[in-house]
Amino acid sequence: MGGNLKAGLTDSPNAAPDFSNWSCPLPLADYPTIVMGHGGGGKLGNELVEHLFLPAFRNAALENLGDAAVLNLPAGRLVLSTDSFVVQPLFFPGGSIGELAVNGTVNDLAVSGAEPKFLSASFILEEGFPLAQLAAIVEAMAEAAATAGVQIVTGDTKVVERGHGDGCYITTAGVGVLRAGIEVGPQRARAGDAILVSGTIGDHGMAIMSVREGLEFESPIRSDCAALNGMIAKVLDAAGAAVHAMRDPTRGGLASTLNEIAQASGVGIAIDEARLPVRAEVQSACELLGLDPVYVANEGKAVFFVAAEAEEKVLAVLRAHPLGREAARIGTVTAQHPRMLVARTAMGANRVIPTQIGEQLPRIC
Amino acid sequence: MCLAIPGRVEEITTEGGLRMGRVNFGGVVKRVCLDYVPEVEVGDYTIVHVGFALSKIDEETAEKTLADFREMGVLEEELAEGDEAFARAAVKPQSACPDGSCESESASQQVSKSA
Amino acid sequence: MKYLTEFRNGEIARRMAREIAAVATRPWKIMEVCGGQTHSIIKNGIDQMLPAGIEMIHGPGCPVCVTPLELIDKALAIAALPGVIFCSFGDMLRVPGTEGDLFQVKGAGGDVRVIYSPLDAVELAAKNPDKQVVFFGVGFETTAPANAMSVHVAKRRGLKNFSLLVSHVLVPPAISAILESPGNHHPNGEDLPLGTPEKRVRGFLLAGHVCSVMGYWEYPPLAEKYKIPMVVTGFEPLDLLDGIRRAVVQLEAGRYEVENAYERIVTFEGNRPAQRLLAEVFEVTDRAWRGIGVIPRSGLRLSADYREFDAEERFQITGIHTQESALCRAGDVLRGTIKPAQCAAFGRECTPRHPLGATMVSSEGACAAYYNYGRYLSAEELASAGRVRD
Repeated sequence: MGGNLKAGLTDSPNAAPDFSNWSCPLPLADYPTIVMGHGGGGKLGNELVEHLFLPAFRNAALENLGDAAVLNLPAGRLVLSTDSFVVQPLFFPGGSIGELAVNGTVNDLAVSGAEPKFLSASFILEEGFPLAQLAAIVEAMAEAAATAGVQIVTGDTKVVERGHGDGCYITTAGVGVLRAGIEVGPQRARAGDAILVSGTIGDHGMAIMSVREGLEFESPIRSDCAALNGMIAKVLDAAGAAVHAMRDPTRGGLASTLNEIAQASGVGIAIDEARLPVRAEVQSACELLGLDPVYVANEGKAVFFVAAEAEEKVLAVLRAHPLGREAARIGTVTAQHPRMLVARTAMGANRVIPTQIGEQLPRIC
Repeated sequence: MCLAIPGRVEEITTEGGLRMGRVNFGGVVKRVCLDYVPEVEVGDYTIVHVGFALSKIDEETAEKTLADFREMGVLEEELAEGDEAFARAAVKPQSACPDGSCESESASQQVSKSA
Repeated sequence: MKYLTEFRNGEIARRMAREIAAVATRPWKIMEVCGGQTHSIIKNGIDQMLPAGIEMIHGPGCPVCVTPLELIDKALAIAALPGVIFCSFGDMLRVPGTEGDLFQVKGAGGDVRVIYSPLDAVELAAKNPDKQVVFFGVGFETTAPANAMSVHVAKRRGLKNFSLLVSHVLVPPAISAILESPGNHHPNGEDLPLGTPEKRVRGFLLAGHVCSVMGYWEYPPLAEKYKIPMVVTGFEPLDLLDGIRRAVVQLEAGRYEVENAYERIVTFEGNRPAQRLLAEVFEVTDRAWRGIGVIPRSGLRLSADYREFDAEERFQITGIHTQESALCRAGDVLRGTIKPAQCAAFGRECTPRHPLGATMVSSEGACAAYYNYGRYLSAEELASAGRVRD
């Protein structure tokens, strides 16, 4: 895959793809944008598959070009997940809707205890969307898939009239196989469990906000978008059944995730605000915009609920991994104040952190 | 809205007849109108509300205020009974700031420093 | 962040709280006027750190909360007009009018924009000459200079499509109103006693950023007249604790002076250039405070030279019939007669997602502070809490 398009993702996503191999009519090369025909399942649609999706995603199942992909899966329980991605802007520091679409679904499978294997990718494109941007997105997806060790094996493209979409929406579904002997779930947190987070919180949401609000930084905030399956596999290797629950805190941030688990498990959660890892720039940007980092989205972080005796081991594994260098223990599961998330502030006072009200930061992923 | 944040002035220009500046808020840089603070120069700290600087921060006063705050209650602790003081000191984390002013620096700040 | 984070040191805060406990020998009720201070107190648990007898009463310092319902309804009507770009600060978006809020107007197709600085609205007007750009100028004296500058620049640039919907209120008259028992007229004609004996406020924390603009020369006559100590106070935990401590020290000693506990930012005379432009662009007028009533000479309106930029006059919205929620007790909260959690609708019919009044939705509203930081539970309830209300 050519790296030239991805390199310019945030700088010049409009760099033109190489049309020399396209057999499409001349007008398309002259006006390289999506037209209604691209979604029609005819010649134009096939052009996209042959010249854009296939070369990028390159795998046998996809190349069969059937209506569905026929796959071989290892033995075990099947895990299926899907997500839609409507982020605005499409390109931001640290990534694009492409990486989000792949990593988001990979991570949902991984935090369920599954090894992600195959993804589908459906695109809804707006008439007039620049082909160069689509090519950059697709290339980003291909790279993300390769990094995560998954294949994109089937997909679909539809086009809507100008003004009826926001450039590009992507839906991915992913399938994986549950690791033997692993049972994790939001309802399995137990009093006494240690709560760990794999790194700094709020990076993705503030990276998006910084573009939207036109904030300038000394050191720009980059989205933390990343595939976590490798790191999670190592954690499960080391701690196995001592891992009770895992989640990736995306929309609604850490606070929403912790509240969900508190509700599902019927336990209380006590965290220490001073222990939450937050980058200085993220803290400053939150200060300026009146936001709380605990509510800001993450796309490359995981929260772990582990039996107390496994805490040290899991922290060591996380910190040894490139994506978990700043992992920290942030709190404990308690039998007190069930279903409630309580934080100890720097003052030593306790404050309840409720689930986020409404959509503080819309279109964040 | 009384939300005002302190920032350091990094650059001053004139735009559309207004005195404008680039102000750095802990790493975030924003354009701010400095028309109300003609005494503020590059390198000064100022308090900013909805894009307008309202007052220069008197750094000497700020430092003195902090010093006064650090003094508060310290005398009480020094006068505590011997055993109690020993017990308290035994559990206090070792710190580079004996006066306690940086004792509760959050993990977050430590993370950001090493980042 | 320099000059911010240092004033959040937990160890020093706990020591300062112990100082207050050491000094106080009697119960005292102290009011912080500014909603920003209310939020900081609740968020940081400052009230939890104070000794039992020292109670913080939350005042009406939330300009969004005290904007009259009629003006909110006019804002909604203007924002819904075609050809209008309606700009406001973020927390106005979900303030409930009689029917709906700006967020819903936006959802129905109105061009409603959240902006950071009033100058952004002026830029929008310059860039969109075919549209009418209206800025909802809500605030205390802290925000007035920014809003004044926006109108001043619009006039200088000869912009004909910019206007300001003015909702500016002043702090000193509010303090007088709180301290005076009779003398306020509720729209329904009842006399509302503010400062009934059992709730008597004995000391004030003055809003530090309001004073950075206006100075604090307006307050000594008030302190003298009502024999109430007043302390200019900042917003960070250490500043708040220091302000409270100084007020308690004065109360214990029977003194009633105006003190400045925010010296690094506030001077006695305040910001002269800002005050000069305020005097040019605005003039003082009587104002209705939502939930409280009319307080004489407590608001600002555009002066004659700038009246052409007044959005109410430009748009002439008529036929507004306001209807407050019967359940909403925002007025009692704003006057400090009840705490938010004492309202029967708190957390039930009224939540930040479905607010009955502005206090539950504004970033400076006391009800929002209590809800968002979980103050609807007593200590016992916290221990055996059930499902968190949405």
